[in-house]
Amino acid sequence: MADQPKLFKVTIDNITIEVEAGTSILNAARMIGGDVAPPAMCYYSKLKGSGGKCRTCLVEVAAGSTADPRPMPKLVASCRTNVMDGMVVKNITSERVQDARKGVVELLLINHPLDCPICDQAGECHLQDLSYEHGAEGTRYEFPRRQFEKHNLGPYIQLHMTRCILCYRCVFTADQLTNKRVHGVLDRGDHAEIATYIEKSLDNDFIGNVIDVCPVGALTDKTFRFKNRVWFLKPVDAHRDCPKCSGKVTLWHRGDEVFRVTGRKDQWGEVQDWICNECRFEKKKASDWVIEGPTKVSRHSVISANHYVGTTKPQEALPQVLGGRQPRLLMDIHSVSEVNKPNVDLSKILGPAHSNDFKESKG
Amino acid sequence: MQALTSRAKPVDRKPMTFLEKLYVWSIFKGMMITLRHLFKKKATISYPEEKRPFSPVFRGLHILNRDEEGRERCTACGLCALACPAEAITMEAAERLPGEENLYREEKYAAKYEINMLRCIFCGLCEEACPKDAVYLSETFAPSNYQRKGFIYGKQDLLIPNPKDNPGEYWKAVGNRKANKEQSN
Repeated sequence: MADQPKLFKVTIDNITIEVEAGTSILNAARMIGGDVAPPAMCYYSKLKGSGGKCRTCLVEVAAGSTADPRPMPKLVASCRTNVMDGMVVKNITSERVQDARKGVVELLLINHPLDCPICDQAGECHLQDLSYEHGAEGTRYEFPRRQFEKHNLGPYIQLHMTRCILCYRCVFTADQLTNKRVHGVLDRGDHAEIATYIEKSLDNDFIGNVIDVCPVGALTDKTFRFKNRVWFLKPVDAHRDCPKCSGKVTLWHRGDEVFRVTGRKDQWGEVQDWICNECRFEKKKASDWVIEGPTKVSRHSVISANHYVGTTKPQEALPQVLGGRQPRLLMDIHSVSEVNKPNVDLSKILGPAHSNDFKESKG
Repeated sequence: MQALTSRAKPVDRKPMTFLEKLYVWSIFKGMMITLRHLFKKKATISYPEEKRPFSPVFRGLHILNRDEEGRERCTACGLCALACPAEAITMEAAERLPGEENLYREEKYAAKYEINMLRCIFCGLCEEACPKDAVYLSETFAPSNYQRKGFIYGKQDLLIPNPKDNPGEYWKAVGNRKANKEQSN
């Protein structure tokens, strides 16, 4: 029995689970699943060394282990603390944790602009979810928020440094997925920022994954910028034969237009497979992909709003009654409407649409 | 047969008397009611010349608001369209170019904004959803039209007049209710 891994018994929110030695509290809680799992803004299970920066995953350890059952004096970051045998952890059952987490959210929002109406991440933003969960969607901060010089990260990725919460996920992604990292965190403290060295373009094949990894709207897809809101798009699972990556993606489309391609996210908001830049930015046609079916979206998510599933279309009764005659269409909305013109495909424009894109379509 | 309720009244089937057969009294009674209405206050008004005051919670035609400098407030965040139970609102967003700062308040704006007044139920949820105070329901209603396509309101129909160029029209479009609210704040 020596090769059997040693199992530790750990109790999280009164639920006991046996996990292997060396598992973090966060991962043990994720094995239980549901509300017990603490939220994580910086920890990413697929990135080595991530975690320990945002402090949203704080939990209370009520008893350290069977050998030493004293409680830990301070709240600990669950992504960086490993479980011990007989550990008792309190997450949602502890008022201290909830209170501390609310404070952490408020601190994260100090320098985060509340420009969700403009931000492309709105609707799938982890910080937005977190702040609404903790009733801290407003701000008490009255001072000017930090400003940065604009950095150009190439034609595909848009950086909004003001929105960054310095989780370092994108730095780890660039470090671990691509062979040469040209962006990192410069300066310290309040001035710390994600930047490329001397405005170098990022041309690595997998660099697009920093968009998926970013918990906020600091790194967004420039080819999708301002094109549409995520909750108006329909996510479907799709795949293609890609020589570089697995080719398994989520397509965000509306009608026949593919607006955006992202990696498939699991229930913790982490991508399942990294996808390459070609799949993400250049395959914006439905014919490039084999569609598998609609992506499962939590019904509490705004993305599932107004998306009806399992509906059956009622049979058209009028032609039967009228002896095969079709009802007369009194107005075709496309002949009147200025929006969604068939000759303007917003998804085909490389960057965000501008006023001149619409002028050209008129003439 | 037993009556179902105590209120049931058996129909009087007695033959009419001579006086009743003349119908004079009945006609007189009916004419009295008719004549009384001649002297009553009219229930109708002659509409286009005369207008009834709107109730303070009246929800009429939509207006896309501008800020004090005349820039459009709408950033095309899509929350009005999301909140709309009738799915009447559609929009297309665009990025502000350098030099357009005097036109649009934020980096992103609604290049196209359209409300289908045939679908709209004037519930006011778009007004409540708007985080930028950009769309609100005014104290007018959609004028009648002979054709359906006249009810598809584009951005030009919805935008409030510019307060800098045309303050008179602007305040008229703002309406009494909102103007009073702004003054009291």
